Amino acid sequence: MSALKRYFPILLLGLLWEIAPRLHLIDPESVPPLSTVAVAWWNLLRSGDLASNGLSSLQNLVAGLALGVVVGTALGVLMAWYKPLDELVHPVVRALYPMPKSALIPVMILWLGLGSASKIASIFIGCLLPVVLSAYNGARGVDRVLVWSALAAGATRRAVLWEVVVPSALPEILAGTRNALALSFILLVSSEFVIGQRGLGYLISFLGEGGAYDAMFAGVLTVATVGFLADRIYLAIMRRALAWRE
Amino acid sequence: MSGGISFDSVSHTYRPARGRAVLALDRVSLAVREREFLALLGPSGCGKSTLLYLLGGFMPVETGRISVGGEPVTGPGPDRGIVFQNFALFPWKTVKQNILYGLEKQKLPRPEREKRAQEFIDLVHLTGFEDSYPSQLSGGMKQRVAIARTLAIDPAILLMDEPFGALDAQTRGLMHEELLGIMEHRPKTVVFVTHDVREAVYLADRVAVMSARPGRIKEIVEIGHNGRPAPEVVKSSEFIDKVDYLWDSVRKEALLAQSQKSDG
Repeated sequence: MSALKRYFPILLLGLLWEIAPRLHLIDPESVPPLSTVAVAWWNLLRSGDLASNGLSSLQNLVAGLALGVVVGTALGVLMAWYKPLDELVHPVVRALYPMPKSALIPVMILWLGLGSASKIASIFIGCLLPVVLSAYNGARGVDRVLVWSALAAGATRRAVLWEVVVPSALPEILAGTRNALALSFILLVSSEFVIGQRGLGYLISFLGEGGAYDAMFAGVLTVATVGFLADRIYLAIMRRALAWRE
Repeated sequence: MSGGISFDSVSHTYRPARGRAVLALDRVSLAVREREFLALLGPSGCGKSTLLYLLGGFMPVETGRISVGGEPVTGPGPDRGIVFQNFALFPWKTVKQNILYGLEKQKLPRPEREKRAQEFIDLVHLTGFEDSYPSQLSGGMKQRVAIARTLAIDPAILLMDEPFGALDAQTRGLMHEELLGIMEHRPKTVVFVTHDVREAVYLADRVAVMSARPGRIKEIVEIGHNGRPAPEVVKSSEFIDKVDYLWDSVRKEALLAQSQKSDG
């Protein structure tokens, strides 16, 4: 009941989407009614186009994001722990942070060609900095008495890094990863627009260029839904991983 | 390993990234006998915790020398266990995992670790809370976990940094009895930092009073309980006299510290 109440505005939006084009309040060419989009979605699903492109997208997304989270966490934590590395890397991070990473997609194509590697690299670069900064801030915020307790128990400095600093920074790292997840979708779709060949972004642009607007909307709706579900699933995982907090 | 400690003309200066350097300790010399319970008493900001952290090896000794059993302190080690005011438990580990951590570092075989962890959980009356996270425990329970975690690796020296300062008076009293009970069965050299005069007199064999900043050892008072103090001891005139005397001594330093602060 409460879920129904919470998502009521979305339901309302769906209703509006159906009615407005039918009453010609909006041009049905530009915005096909929701039911028409649903039929187009069903056809895409039956033809297998949705599955094959969706799978390709998902693979690249997971690869790029995983790479970004692993490298970003390691880099952020090490920067917080070793001052020389911080002094070397931090100015670069700060300078590149505001840059829209999608601008690098053509560079990736130049270096890695028109394939998955370029897409994964673009997603990786997009995810990297938010994770680096959150891991860095989390690791810097570690309570020194936790580090001391571990050292007094006989832990080596390297062990402290993995056994105390990383778990201490986990709430921040996971929050940064959530931002990275959202960014990874942006970079996924934009790199597929540019590179083409396959993926949901490619499907959307291909259908749009071909004038199959109802199917194009079905593609957009799919990406939006997958993004929403990914975030929900991620939140559930995050809550479990942080169950030790109050 | 011997548990005797000596501080030899130890000074320490804090150099904050911004602001001017502060002399926290000024040529502190002090000897702690093996298996002695020594309380370090002083107004806040007098450097008593700094002295403890230097002994723990958490900060480098820049001037002077600290040695344990004749060996100079160069870093943290499992011969010196520490208990902090704010418990310093690993919040992502359960009670049992917190206690197991040090035992794993000591490379004890698994069955031995499990047995020892349970033994110390029982010792501090936390049986049944093995799988609880620190966030689910009260302050007193958290501190009992911290004490169990430190005692489980059996350090010759126990460093305590205002360990009961965050607890209510009732719980603090219970913790005093628990600590004394444990010490009776597993005697250790204890350096106990506090600003609570009654606590110092009740628990310690000797009380070292520190001056306002820069911290120096102002005087050392022998308490000389005969064995474990009974709770009634606090009503004896001898106890009350010592508390009064030390209270005066610390109060003077606290006032001095306050006037230093208002001087800027």
